[in-house]
Amino acid sequence: MRLFRRVIPHPILTLLLTLTWVLLASSWTLNSLVFGFLLGLVIPFLTQPYWPEQARMKKPHKIAAYILIVLWDIVMANITVARIVLFKPNSRRQPRWVTVPLDLKTPEAITALAGTITMTPGTVSADLSAEGHALLVHCLDAEDPEAVRDEIKQRYERRLMEIFE
Amino acid sequence: MITEYLIAGFLIMAGIFGFVGSFGLIKLNDPMSRLHAPTKATTLGVGGVLLASMVHGIAVEGHLSLHEVMITLFLFLTAPVTALFIAKVHLHRHETLKSLPPAGEDGIWATHDVEPEGEEEKQSSA
Repeated sequence: MRLFRRVIPHPILTLLLTLTWVLLASSWTLNSLVFGFLLGLVIPFLTQPYWPEQARMKKPHKIAAYILIVLWDIVMANITVARIVLFKPNSRRQPRWVTVPLDLKTPEAITALAGTITMTPGTVSADLSAEGHALLVHCLDAEDPEAVRDEIKQRYERRLMEIFE
Repeated sequence: MITEYLIAGFLIMAGIFGFVGSFGLIKLNDPMSRLHAPTKATTLGVGGVLLASMVHGIAVEGHLSLHEVMITLFLFLTAPVTALFIAKVHLHRHETLKSLPPAGEDGIWATHDVEPEGEEEKQSSA
């Protein structure tokens, strides 16, 4: 088991890389499967120093629902941002910085949250606090910064909390 | 016939959002706001082209191509990283601890959590 962990530090990443390669090659042959698996072995092994801990998930089955919500929000985000860009004069727009205190602890969960924030309505995550307890988020147009913070915590962080911790 | 309209519809949608993304770069008036336009509006712009391509693949060429799904995946993975890098450069060059909101219990944002340049040189020469 220990040897397995040394050789394959992230089994799921290995599977994903293999699948990605087969899809990229777009041919369901043994050839691409074997080469994909080789990449799946080599890449996690080489990048292991930068990702030493095994990611743990409590409820992986909730990922699907999360992805659907985020995809929907991305579509809505595009429309919201397009309307602000086209119709709202700069003088009436209120760009703001917002601090989002984090309850999430694992780096994987925080990364997922930061990525989600960047992809969704009028917000871009810009920085993490020195010890990783808060996210710095820039809002394109926020009349009420506290509402933005609460929505991020309610809509995304709570769900990621269920998945990861 | 219907598929043609569908494909055309997706392409037009893609064109509009792609245009809005680029227009935002000119219209918005501060660097951090400019970051919003290309990271989001273009997602749907590229997404529309990819959807059109998939529908064309299924309806006209008669086979399902999954390359579009991979492109979407890579786009969603890389867009936040690019945005974060640009934001970091902005934080380094134009923002100070005082111009940003308080960083909660840690007191300082990670980008500014570095020793001043002078100090670093002193330490390396010592």
